[in-house]
Amino acid sequence: MSQSIISPAIISPATQIDPNYNFAYLNEQTKKMIRRALLKAIAIPGYQVPFAGREMPMPYGWGTGGVQITASILTPDDVLKVIDQGADDTTNAVSIRKFFQRTAGIATTLNTSTATVIQTRHRIPEQKLQQGQILVYQVPIPEPLRFLEPRETETRKMHAFEDYGLMHVKLYEDISQHGHIATTYAYPVMVEDRYVMDPSPIPKFDNPKMNNNPALQLFGAGREKRIYAIPPYTKVVSLDFEDHPFEIQAWDQPCEICGAGDSFLDEVIMDDQGTRMFVCSDSDYCQSRSEVQS
Amino acid sequence: MNQPLFSVTNLSKKFGKTIACNDISFDLWPGEILGIVGESGSGKTTLLRSIAGLIKPDQATINYQHKNKTLNIDQMDEPELRHLQRTEWAFVHQHPRDGLRMNVSAGANIGERLMANGWRHYDDIRAEAIKWLEAVEIDAKRIDDLPRTFSGGMQQRLQIARNLVTNPRLIFMDEPTGGLDVSVQARLLDLLRGLVRDLGLSAIIVTHDLAVARLLSNRLMVMKDGQVIEHGLTDQVLEDPQAAYSQLLVSSILQV
Amino acid sequence: MPILQIKNLHKKFTLHAQNGAVLNVLNGINLQVKAGEIAALCGPSGAGKSSLLKAIYGTYRIDGGDIKVKTTKQTINIAKAEPRQIMNLRRDVIGYVSQFLRVIPRIGALDIVAEPAIMQGMSPDQAHSIALDLLDQLRIPQKLHNLSPLTFSGGEQQRVNIARAMAAPRPLMLFDEPTASLDPQNRQTVLELIAQLRDQGTAILGIFHDPADRKFLHARDIHLSAVKEAEHV
Repeated sequence: MSQSIISPAIISPATQIDPNYNFAYLNEQTKKMIRRALLKAIAIPGYQVPFAGREMPMPYGWGTGGVQITASILTPDDVLKVIDQGADDTTNAVSIRKFFQRTAGIATTLNTSTATVIQTRHRIPEQKLQQGQILVYQVPIPEPLRFLEPRETETRKMHAFEDYGLMHVKLYEDISQHGHIATTYAYPVMVEDRYVMDPSPIPKFDNPKMNNNPALQLFGAGREKRIYAIPPYTKVVSLDFEDHPFEIQAWDQPCEICGAGDSFLDEVIMDDQGTRMFVCSDSDYCQSRSEVQS
Repeated sequence: MNQPLFSVTNLSKKFGKTIACNDISFDLWPGEILGIVGESGSGKTTLLRSIAGLIKPDQATINYQHKNKTLNIDQMDEPELRHLQRTEWAFVHQHPRDGLRMNVSAGANIGERLMANGWRHYDDIRAEAIKWLEAVEIDAKRIDDLPRTFSGGMQQRLQIARNLVTNPRLIFMDEPTGGLDVSVQARLLDLLRGLVRDLGLSAIIVTHDLAVARLLSNRLMVMKDGQVIEHGLTDQVLEDPQAAYSQLLVSSILQV
Repeated sequence: MPILQIKNLHKKFTLHAQNGAVLNVLNGINLQVKAGEIAALCGPSGAGKSSLLKAIYGTYRIDGGDIKVKTTKQTINIAKAEPRQIMNLRRDVIGYVSQFLRVIPRIGALDIVAEPAIMQGMSPDQAHSIALDLLDQLRIPQKLHNLSPLTFSGGEQQRVNIARAMAAPRPLMLFDEPTASLDPQNRQTVLELIAQLRDQGTAILGIFHDPADRKFLHARDIHLSAVKEAEHV
């Protein structure tokens, strides 16, 4: 897709910073601390680095981990895109975008390919990411082993010793209960043949996009105070069984708005009679395809 | 093999000022079943946990024979020790809930050690789980049920299956029949003895029940106040006890 | 050299519960038993006959003297042997029929009888067929074969015990009153089985109270109270 077809309306240019705030809200010491954690996370792909997470002016669960990472990596020249479940126009995405417009004065965009930093909740954009872009994930529970092993001391050892039998226990339980691996989001992956990682609650549809991605992928968990990362061009493999291989979701029909047959679809209920339609969850992708067609 | 499978030298363990194990040494030869008996507080469970690598003794040399190589357990890195613990060793806890994952199915409990050892074929794992459920006399139909829906005796048998699935060579058991009804105990003892014999296992079993010790073990160690006060063939210790305490212990067995 | 050779054997019990009272049960015993021979321990109750059998089997610890058992490979002194050496001897060299059957509840008679043979390396099928044959000879009804002998009568238990030893004959067999609670018919069968063992070259040491039994077996009497004089080795 060429730049020419993007309507100018979806880029908001840089503005004045609210003078009451330091650039991007966090103080410089905190940003340095978080950058150190990020460097460590990038050096050890998939490894969860603890960091001294700060209180942010939003509740836990609204992306405090992702916001702290974004705040720490933003420069005045960056162009920020924020998505929530693939959409740029939901409350969470809008308020985070406004937060950085006000505290960092940076340009924002709804367009995936124009953005230099994309903060996301629960999706990876359909548009292929490029080298130089950074994808920041908001993570609720960073520990993939947590539901089966409640002890943090024990899960840390399991990671340290690559003692990952338990992860397959979860998938085994899925198959024994449902006949197939029923985990559809937060589907565990093995990063660079070493660390098992929770990719945050993205649909497993997005898992293959993490593999060998040219962009840098950063993950921030605010409540649990953990940061982890997938550097560009890193091997990311979804866990599975030989006789129950990993598969992504598929739909019987294309998107009813843009006709895409290769995107993740949301089911939308249209009226009280239960009429439904399936449309792209990635609003930018859907819109730009529609614009090309019209 | 012309040397002990497992050998413990000068093991000591203190908790604060309390001496739990004082300078204990013994060998276990391939195929042997060693019973450790003694009253509560005699240090037998601490000894078992120390030699199985679950707690660190203050002092000890512990050697284990692995493929013509002597592994020095007390100097071993934790990852290496854990690997041993989930492959060639097994530990059966007194309370099944300490040795089972109560929130996953029976099949997953058995399969976990296999998956930890690299098994990645679901149907194979499941077939193995069914084989072991049958070996411990649990109806294969219960494979997808949670352990909490099982009786105490079934839970204990499930724990044993979970441990034996990787064909360990050495199994540690802490009061394996402890919380069970007498009738269930007999069944479990029979099962354990058959498995140990058929699989050529060596075992170290802690129990306060001399009847259990008599039926399962070839050799006995009697412990009191952290010391081994008597050591010999099971029938030697039970029929010709030497130490005053062993004589008291043996004469206290209830006859039916 | 005989299969069993005992020299100057001493055994005492120290009873700690009774202020350390000492019972001397075996005082300088000397005896030997050769292959193909039946020796019968005689003497009054309390002379230490059963204790001597238990000392030979390794159940009682020895306070002095030697109990040498000759195997195909070596001669082992039970008085000084390691537990695992004794365990191996019990599996391959010494069989012992005690007066009481001690088994795990729930295991059927047939399996109990077959077990020692399986331990010696026999295939389970073969061991079971031998066990079946012995139980038949000893008149244990088929319907009992899969029941635990703990529910059997005293005489039946004793016959299971004997069958268990016979299924895995070893070069040295010890019998503690094998015919004590048997009816005449079964007693005769047991004696014939023991005589068969002897004819196959087994060294047998036993306690047989009935002089008729000893006569039938052509047993050489060893009087325990007079062992020292009787057996100058």
